[in-house]
Amino acid sequence: MNSVVVSGSLRNRLVLTLIGGAAVLALILFVVVRNYAVLVAQQGQDRILIASATSMLDSATIRDGAVELDLPYSAFSMLSTAADDRVFYAILQDGTLLSGYEELTFSDAQAFQFDRIRGSDVRKISASRILIGANLRTEIQIVLAQTQDALSETLDQISRNAALLGVGFFALAVGLSFWATSATIGQLGKLTTSVTRRGPQDLSPFTKPVPREMAPLVKSLNSLMGRLDQSLRQSEDFIAEAAHRVRTPLATVRSYAEATLQRVDKEENREAMRSMVKAIDESSRAAGQLLDHAMITFRADHLERDEIDIVDLARDLVQRMTPIAEMRDLSLLLLGDPRVQYSCDPVLIQNAVRNLIDNAMKYGPAESAIEITVTGEPVPRITVCDHGPGFPIHEIETLTARFQRGANAANTIGSGLGLTIARDVAIAHGGRIDLTNQPEGGACVTLSL
Amino acid sequence: MRYLVALGLIFLCHAGWAQEWEDRQVFNDTGATTSLRIISSTDTDLFAPLIEAFVARHPDVAIEYLVTGTADIDRRFRAAPEAFDIAISSAMDLQLKLTNDGYALALENVSHPAWAEWRQSLFAFTSEPAAIVINRAAFEGLPIPRSRQELIEALRARPDVFRGRVGTYDVRQSGLGYLFATQDARASETFWRLMEVMGGLDVRLYCCSGEMIDDLTEGKIAVAYNVLGSYADARVESQSILEIVLPSDFPTTMMRTAFVSGASGEPEAAERFIQFLIAFQSNRADGTQTLPPLQERDNGADRASIALEPALITFLDTLKRNKFISEWENALIQN
Repeated sequence: MNSVVVSGSLRNRLVLTLIGGAAVLALILFVVVRNYAVLVAQQGQDRILIASATSMLDSATIRDGAVELDLPYSAFSMLSTAADDRVFYAILQDGTLLSGYEELTFSDAQAFQFDRIRGSDVRKISASRILIGANLRTEIQIVLAQTQDALSETLDQISRNAALLGVGFFALAVGLSFWATSATIGQLGKLTTSVTRRGPQDLSPFTKPVPREMAPLVKSLNSLMGRLDQSLRQSEDFIAEAAHRVRTPLATVRSYAEATLQRVDKEENREAMRSMVKAIDESSRAAGQLLDHAMITFRADHLERDEIDIVDLARDLVQRMTPIAEMRDLSLLLLGDPRVQYSCDPVLIQNAVRNLIDNAMKYGPAESAIEITVTGEPVPRITVCDHGPGFPIHEIETLTARFQRGANAANTIGSGLGLTIARDVAIAHGGRIDLTNQPEGGACVTLSL
Repeated sequence: MRYLVALGLIFLCHAGWAQEWEDRQVFNDTGATTSLRIISSTDTDLFAPLIEAFVARHPDVAIEYLVTGTADIDRRFRAAPEAFDIAISSAMDLQLKLTNDGYALALENVSHPAWAEWRQSLFAFTSEPAAIVINRAAFEGLPIPRSRQELIEALRARPDVFRGRVGTYDVRQSGLGYLFATQDARASETFWRLMEVMGGLDVRLYCCSGEMIDDLTEGKIAVAYNVLGSYADARVESQSILEIVLPSDFPTTMMRTAFVSGASGEPEAAERFIQFLIAFQSNRADGTQTLPPLQERDNGADRASIALEPALITFLDTLKRNKFISEWENALIQN
């Protein structure tokens, strides 16, 4: 299994970006709402201070050449707040204090100021009015200051609400970003699942609808698989073609070699010819198996099922192979159920079983029997057992791989394709192949369908 | 020389402390570890039961109770805020101005309805109406006036009977008298007509409710206007001579207030005292209080009750005060 180099996580990156964005937005929301509240609350306080100062200025009159200022009760009454804010004021005439708090200074330039009076932060306003009498022109100035306890209580409350709003917005955004992320990544997950679920031979293109952003990926994947499929097919075709072309001349060479063997008398020459025939047999058989394998690979992709009796099929094979078996002093025994109906590709099954019997005949010692058992329950099953050396225990798992041969097969003809063919046939039918050793010696191969 | 100056200063200070108090009494002198100085406008005999109950509960606290007039409290307190732990006065405007000016300590552990406290520093603990107190003998066989308007008519009807025999506060001396007068003037023009009438009858002016009631009881005066009902009440129980009339046209109700000095050396004990004071005054079933309890303000029912709000400082403005006093003098002092 190739390990993939992982660099970061799309999901984390997406979630972090969205949550980070939401956090920034929530913060901005909070700051904007709070600043706006500060502005509005301050404007409110300023308006009341103006109203109060105006009503005080309005009460100023000139009587008998002297300024009189009759403070209206409402001027301070309107400054009552829930937080009992302190109030300071000063009334000045042309800069001279008439009454009130002397620490308040009048400012011509700035009507509204923040100041600190008697240990409290205050909002201070300065207002003035020109009074004109018979022979008097004078300016009455009012400085009015109020602490900001009620204002800050209001602001605290608004800040709390704004903070709640921000947190709520953030929580909602976090939930949404998780949902959006998993919905997006989910599409990738779906694609991954459908790739993983595919059979090993399935190289057909993906046809399920995918989001537009993933279309290029799926398109490249499909095109990659198309090319892969094509190149696989080409190499299978090439192998089949090559095997076919090699097998026919080999048969000719073999018959020449047989004929020559009959005519040669010298023992060492005969030995050489026998080796030659043996090698030709081996090549021919390998070519046959390569052909079989190519054929199976092709047919497994387009399985054609027929309802047949497997016992019939096995009996037919046994009959056909008995002459070859007898040449090696082996006997073939067909055991098991009298009749097993099964819907399958008969050509493939025949090929698989023939390869298994072929294998058994190679490893079975002379004067022994090869048992072919066909059973129908619980699943159709064909077992081929010999009385040879059995499989090397530690290789049982790997023997079905292509061109893999047992450690004890060094001096036996074979390509290593036999078990692979049987396995591919089993898988194509949705079954499997099991290799076991008999307790009294000998190998067993079970083809479960 | 320097020593002489120091000695002189010490002497001056002592002279300052030795100045006259209307009354001075020390409670729980023995065995106390802390002591509270209370400057108050409330007569000792009205306040003593409360202080005695307090020292019984808190034997570690001694209390020096100093009585003087409301205007004097304001003056002395401003001169030496560190010399007093608690200031109690019936002049709400002066008390509120002291608080506004930053002389009062905010108490975190006192819970009181919002209308009866200001800045969590100034706490009201009584509701006391201003009353017309009448010597019944002067109205024998005649209906007793129930409102300011009726009082004006009664005074006008028999000027010879009442000449020199009507009394009210001298608002120039008494902070409470000034508060009552300004609130009356704010409420109705009737006040000024009454003042005119009383001025025409050679009104006698008093510094305090106590003296007015004394003179009423002795028959020196027949009618006193804007007397503290609570003071009259305290005596009416034993004497059937006086009739207390709460004017039916509009009532003027004052709340006695207390605050802890921001410069107090014993803020913890002082806060305990305020807590006790409030609890004592709101526990009506007790029957031991000599001061009227704080009345719940039902909506609209007691509107004329003077509210604890910054507007109270309006009439303390120098210009405003001068104007008011001169108008008052014009009305009342006619010869």
